Amino acid sequence: MIGFLLITFRLPQASTMASMVDNLFDFILWTSVISFVGIVFGKLLFLVRFRRKKVPESKTAYITGHTAMEMSVAGILLVWVMVIFYFGWVDYKKLRVAPANSLEINVIAKQWLWEFQYSDGRRLTNELVVPKGRPVKLIMTSQDVLHSFFVPNFRVKQDIIPNTYTSLWFEATQLGEHPIYCAEYCGAAHSGMLAKVKVLEPDDFEAWQVEGSLGPMAALDATANAKVSPAEMGKTLFSTKGCNACHSVDGKTGVGPTFMGVFGHQVELQDGKKVAVDENYVRESVMDPQAKVVKGFQPIMPTFKGQITDEEMSALIAYIKTLKEAVQ
Amino acid sequence: MSSHATTYVSFLEAEKGFKSWLTTLDHKRIGLMYMATSMIFFMIGGIFATLVRLELMFPGQTIMSAGTYNKFFTYHGAIMIFMFIIPIIPAALGNFFLPIMIGAKDVAFPRLNLASYYIFIAGASFAVLALMLKGADTGWTFYTPYSIRSGTSVVLVALGVFIMGFSGILTGLNFMTTVHKLRAPGMTFHRMPLFVWAIYATAIIQVLATPVIGITTLLLIMERVLGIGFFDPALGGDPVLFQHFFWFYSHPAVYIMILPAMGIISEVIPVFSRKHIFGYHAIAYSSLAIAFISFVVWGHHMFVSSQSDLANMLFSFLTMFVAVPTAIKVFNWTATMYKGSISLKTPMLYALSFLFMFTIGGLTGLFLAALSVDVHLHDTYFVVAHFHYVMMGGTVMGLLAGLHYWWPKMFGKMYPEIAGKISWALIFIGFNLTFLTQFFVGYLGMPRRYYDYPVQYTSWNIASTIGSWFLFAGFLLMLIYFVKSLFFGKRVAEAANPWGGKTLEWQIPSPPPMHNFAETPHVTGRPYEYGVAKL
Ligand code: HEC
Ligand SMILES: [Cu+2]
Ligand SMILES: [Cu+2]
Repeated sequence: MIGFLLITFRLPQASTMASMVDNLFDFILWTSVISFVGIVFGKLLFLVRFRRKKVPESKTAYITGHTAMEMSVAGILLVWVMVIFYFGWVDYKKLRVAPANSLEINVIAKQWLWEFQYSDGRRLTNELVVPKGRPVKLIMTSQDVLHSFFVPNFRVKQDIIPNTYTSLWFEATQLGEHPIYCAEYCGAAHSGMLAKVKVLEPDDFEAWQVEGSLGPMAALDATANAKVSPAEMGKTLFSTKGCNACHSVDGKTGVGPTFMGVFGHQVELQDGKKVAVDENYVRESVMDPQAKVVKGFQPIMPTFKGQITDEEMSALIAYIKTLKEAVQ
Repeated sequence: MSSHATTYVSFLEAEKGFKSWLTTLDHKRIGLMYMATSMIFFMIGGIFATLVRLELMFPGQTIMSAGTYNKFFTYHGAIMIFMFIIPIIPAALGNFFLPIMIGAKDVAFPRLNLASYYIFIAGASFAVLALMLKGADTGWTFYTPYSIRSGTSVVLVALGVFIMGFSGILTGLNFMTTVHKLRAPGMTFHRMPLFVWAIYATAIIQVLATPVIGITTLLLIMERVLGIGFFDPALGGDPVLFQHFFWFYSHPAVYIMILPAMGIISEVIPVFSRKHIFGYHAIAYSSLAIAFISFVVWGHHMFVSSQSDLANMLFSFLTMFVAVPTAIKVFNWTATMYKGSISLKTPMLYALSFLFMFTIGGLTGLFLAALSVDVHLHDTYFVVAHFHYVMMGGTVMGLLAGLHYWWPKMFGKMYPEIAGKISWALIFIGFNLTFLTQFFVGYLGMPRRYYDYPVQYTSWNIASTIGSWFLFAGFLLMLIYFVKSLFFGKRVAEAANPWGGKTLEWQIPSPPPMHNFAETPHVTGRPYEYGVAKL
């Protein structure tokens, strides 16, 4: 029962700051709940005790106020809110000042994906890999509109602004994956702008760092010998490159068309022409999305030119081919 | 003042025909025109809200595409804020009752009053036109640079907001002048009903703050049309500057929305408790205090915007002071019921709901004012729930209290009490189901303005959507019984003063005659003299 309540009402505390933020949250929560219950209880008491059936209209008391009572309410309240303010500020400073030995990672947000750049040059899309127990500082900017980097399990959030750098830091304490949301409305696929923080043991993180050099390809390169099929690789790329923010594979229309049952069929374009979906069409759609815009959709797909290698492109195509009819 | 319902002609019957309404200079008629207009916008905004909730019932696409969803939540927000909640109490009920409550025959500038209405209509028309062209998908906050680049009709909406702003400024000026110049003999400031104080404080904010949103929307329009780089970094502008401008207006605007509702609560609770209001001066001056504090706390909307840490500290500190006058009010309203004779008619039920829900709204504001906690809660559903508890749980409950309270006064007809209570129950349950759940889902991290959401948030969203159906049903019932009472309701003899009110509007017939008072009233005391003094 308690376990169920915890899952329903509490978030994992996965960073060093989480319990600190929760403590102040709980302090405000319980002091509020107590005073609220007190006020409501008082009101209900009045409603019962002084209802019209009980007290005739002409027999009410003549009371115009009580300055001392008002003053004490104001005084107690002022003390209470000042305590809240004080701890809010003290804790906030801790949230703001990153330790000097932090691991720095650059973040580029754009409609509607996240890019993480490590100092050794590797880049990840929609996946941030960090070691447990070491402070990580993110230096963030946007390529288009405002976004906001938000990891609920860490209790951190910071808006991201074009032409400006903002930063945020955290120290993860729980292994595993933690969702990253974009918390500042940024257009059509705002809610699809998802990523995750993957927290590794420091040793695993070291190993991961020396593994390879080319972002998500690192893991794939490593397993290349283990014969990953292009379609499987394409499936991974489909989410790491952020296609899934706008495209579904199960027939649902999102910001962009679904890929279920598309390959090998005809699609109608905005100008009424029909084209067959083949390898070249897919390639063109990814590299130069505005060249042929599908009817019924906005021309908002970003170009992936320069971000997707030929090998990756082939993998994606192979994956899209597998979606010909059945739900994946 | 004892002119009985036999010989007088009410303002509703004084002149006939559509044209007599469109050209009227009577503050009561203008108030009713505002009311009808804003109520229509409330219905439209409410329908969008219901659709938005329906879409959010399940993750993924439920009934509409992401693009449509983004437009619908923008329409919901923009319509509710600019075309309903800002004008509805001051311009509708305030227009109708402020002059009567201070013993005046009309507002200071009746022609300006009518002009304000038409300016409002003009602004609203631009906004509606925009919706019919390409719509808008920026959210009601128009944050840059998204609003600069969005392919929708942002310019028209901004123009609409700009124009509607003038209507608010002129109405505010009119009311301030009226309060200063047209009080009846003996109606000193400290004898004014608290609703008048509240509208007066609101008018001050309207006059001082609204020009800022005017300038801001104008800059936005210039940037979009002429490409001058104020806010878009691509043009060398600063997007955070826009947020400062926007909230410099929109935070005080929150008090434009809530203060008038507080005024209504200050009227309803004494009358239905048969008690003098507790702490008249504290309530009156706390309205002014809130009005002034409201100008120095805008930065609390921007704690994670990249605003400096020092600014964050100051804004958090200052925001805490809003709690003091607000809490004094809540304390005083509660204390007013002590040793009273409480009647739970529909207006009182809404007033009590106001106390209940507004208190939750206020307390949850503390979470958001605390810096570290706000970092987590900012831009999540927690914020959505918080401002709906303040705006709907506060302002709309106050409005409904006032609407039921003054219905017999405005139209000389009674609303049906039983239907009123059923509708109240539906709204009360529906509201709390819809929005209490959002505090939880917000704390758990669900960001606002989300079209789709991770599955772990589903049960909270289902509950919230079901709540919205109760709300819908409650408001539908209310619409039906109000309209019915308007056209088929019987004139009730006791409608002149069914609740035993002591303020001036209850001392004249219902509906009021054309010029309110047959002879100028002479005021000799304060408006809440109930109860028997212990000797
Ligand atoms: C920001 C949202 C978005 C992202 C991210 C995105 N797309 Fe698209 N995509 C669209 C939209 C909208 C369309 C339809 C309009 C058009 O044709 O440009 C589209 C069209 C396509 C088409 C043509 C589909 C058809 O039915 O004819 C292909 C193929 C495609 N995208 C592939 C991809 C791939 C592969 C990725 C990831 C590397 C990706 N997209 C990422 C929005 C997106
Ligand atoms: Cu976003
Ligand atoms: Cu504010």
